[in-house]
Amino acid sequence: METLERFLAEHKFLENMKPEFIEQIVGCASNVHFPAGEVICREGRDADKFYFIREGKVALDIHMPQKGSISIMTLEKDSVLGWSWLFPPYRWQFNARAKTDIHAIAVEGACLRAKCFNDHEFGYDILQRFSQILAERLQSTRLQLMDVYSANG
Amino acid sequence: METKNQKQRILPAGEFNVFLKALHEAGYETIGPTLQDRAIVYDKISSTSDLPVGWSDEQSAGFYRVYRTESPLLFDYNVGPHSWKKYLHLPNLLLWKAKTNGGGFSFIEDDKSVGKQAFLGVRACEVAAIRKQDKIFLESEFIDSAYKKRRENTFIIAVNCTKAGANCFCTSMNTGPYAHSGFDLALTEIIDGNRHFFFVEIGSATAEIVMNKMPELELASRHDSTLVQNNMREVSYAMGKSIETTDIQRLFYDNYDSNIWEEIANRCMNCANCTMVCPTCFCTTVEDVTNLTGTEAERWRRWDSCFTMDFSYIHGGSVRPSGSNRFRHWITHKFATWHDQFDESGCVGCGRCITWCPVGIDVTKEIKSLQKSKATV
Amino acid sequence: MSNLNGNPMLPQSFRIERIKNETDDTFTVELQPSKNVMDLSFHAGQFNMLYIYGVGEIPISISGDPCSQDSLVHTTRVVGTVTKAMRKLRVGDLVGVRGPFGNPWPVEEAKGKDVVLIAGGIGLAPIRPVVNYIIANRHAFKNVVMLYGTRTPKDILYPREIKLWEKKHRIHTFVTVDRAIGNWDGNVGVVTKLVARAPFDPQNALAMACGPEVMMRFTVRELQKRGIVDENIYVSTERNMKCGIGHCGHCQFGSEFVCKDGPVFRYDKIAHLFDVWEV
Repeated sequence: METLERFLAEHKFLENMKPEFIEQIVGCASNVHFPAGEVICREGRDADKFYFIREGKVALDIHMPQKGSISIMTLEKDSVLGWSWLFPPYRWQFNARAKTDIHAIAVEGACLRAKCFNDHEFGYDILQRFSQILAERLQSTRLQLMDVYSANG
Repeated sequence: METKNQKQRILPAGEFNVFLKALHEAGYETIGPTLQDRAIVYDKISSTSDLPVGWSDEQSAGFYRVYRTESPLLFDYNVGPHSWKKYLHLPNLLLWKAKTNGGGFSFIEDDKSVGKQAFLGVRACEVAAIRKQDKIFLESEFIDSAYKKRRENTFIIAVNCTKAGANCFCTSMNTGPYAHSGFDLALTEIIDGNRHFFFVEIGSATAEIVMNKMPELELASRHDSTLVQNNMREVSYAMGKSIETTDIQRLFYDNYDSNIWEEIANRCMNCANCTMVCPTCFCTTVEDVTNLTGTEAERWRRWDSCFTMDFSYIHGGSVRPSGSNRFRHWITHKFATWHDQFDESGCVGCGRCITWCPVGIDVTKEIKSLQKSKATV
Repeated sequence: MSNLNGNPMLPQSFRIERIKNETDDTFTVELQPSKNVMDLSFHAGQFNMLYIYGVGEIPISISGDPCSQDSLVHTTRVVGTVTKAMRKLRVGDLVGVRGPFGNPWPVEEAKGKDVVLIAGGIGLAPIRPVVNYIIANRHAFKNVVMLYGTRTPKDILYPREIKLWEKKHRIHTFVTVDRAIGNWDGNVGVVTKLVARAPFDPQNALAMACGPEVMMRFTVRELQKRGIVDENIYVSTERNMKCGIGHCGHCQFGSEFVCKDGPVFRYDKIAHLFDVWEV
């Protein structure tokens, strides 16, 4: 438990979070390891967890008929994998695959949702952090969509 | 006894042809104002009969008319649609040719020599405009050899204005109405009782050579000098327009996002007239042509305008697709960025852009509205 | 190089020695003076005006090695009339060259510091001479980071060289693509996102960025977030050019003539223009 707490406190996503809030997350968290190549989650399946990536690279991809898996984004150390646990119907939107060995902390979605519901101050902090990630990802996606390197860019 | 300035002489108006002959004898082709298609434009002249004597002009925003006068004055008008840049910074210039030869091609520099030319009737604002183009083509890192060749062979005869045009604002731009330097000769045309003469100021050693080709002119008196001073004061006082130039760079830099540009764009036709008549606008484009068999290629340089879409085109599109920002670019360059580039304004206050704008956009008015809009913020 | 002392508008003829296809729409030409022996020296970041017989002339950055003056190297993309005509030329054909023009990358100022190079798309071509310069003087620089973003994996320029930069020359190289295709196993995402985790000391680093204007605007913001001051950020800009010598007026960017005051600018000098539309 002590190491979990330290790992979480050191994670960029939880920078400057109150210790008592970290403790709340610890209650829903566990250490996980995925060897390179392993599928961490699959599109459409229950999104009962999300992950704080501590080491390694994760590829988010989507399966396209006749084309196979198309990678849409790479996540690295200090990133958060997954927000499908936040909203119903709690299903993964993409596939995630370990590109390298992954050391991460898994957090139970239902457990954390309950804590957010019971302690709105904690819930606000969590949502603040997630919305920032959402905004950043949206920004990046917009840039990707702009196709700035195309000949007509 | 009154000590007289050796460099100030009196040329009786009746002797003007003698003066022109002296220029011809010194090897100059004389170019000056002529009346063509009901406008006063610059062209070759051989005698005073080519000058628009008995004509004057009337100007306002988007308006230009010549009219008959009874005056014997040789230079009784303001600037027309032409400026001297067409003889120094040519509208069309062959840069070089290339010819194919055994699988390759080689470049042939266009090194035609140019003749000596005398500009007659260069107004103070125009002397200033020529100096501004000198700075671009002769005094920056790279030299424009074609411009240099012509400029070195040019003799400038300034003629100070004896009246101010309705669109003139040279006093605001500190370029006129009196030419203090930058000429070989400066003339001021005076009628004093029954005397009609030119007060001549000699501004260069070349001018001395020309003057030696004609009978010596009598020295000007203090009285003559006073007449010139009085004339200048009257012209300055009668100046048609003005601009407040204090903090003018800031004014533009603070207003990149102003709504005024959009409003002007509703009137502006992007016709590029203002840039063509402007005596300082210097932008050019290039055009590559080949003969039918492809054995010869040429590269031409032509005047261009920042009002066209092509002007700023890079792969993918134009950098300034909207008319509002093209107008903003032009006027900001004239009054603000030119200072950063060449340590002075790009405008000489000649008023041509106001006269020849088909919808009468008046830069002095637009600057005033910009100043007003800023004051109310 | 030099024809600039004579008439700067008159090109010199150069012969194409080699043509190499880089990607579907980019290629590299290597040029040699067709007649006289000429000084081919240039500074990283400078460009030449290349003329194709009877078609036209365009500015193209020099992408060769500034420390070796064997030939003149240009990598370009087929986008307009001139580059299309250029692509049809063969080895042995002639082109006209004027240059080199422009203000270069600050490679001397970067000595003793960490260097962050950020390139987008064809923007790697004008950055490559910086990499070559660093490799030739590797000891003079501290950490060197190269962040490179392209459209898809098949648009990556100089892929073999990039591998060597990482392996042989201690240049931390991160390549990312906007869109993955096939079995691309590398990074996917925008290049600007790589700035946050790139290994450099913001207090002692110079950043040089070259790519589409939008990409550079976002790159600058990410660099600022990391704590690099504007005075230590350099960007390369692009404008229409007809002369290369500050006479034709086309390349104006505010008060700057991109051809002679740029194409490389220290960011703080042009920061006020970066957010003005259509300037």
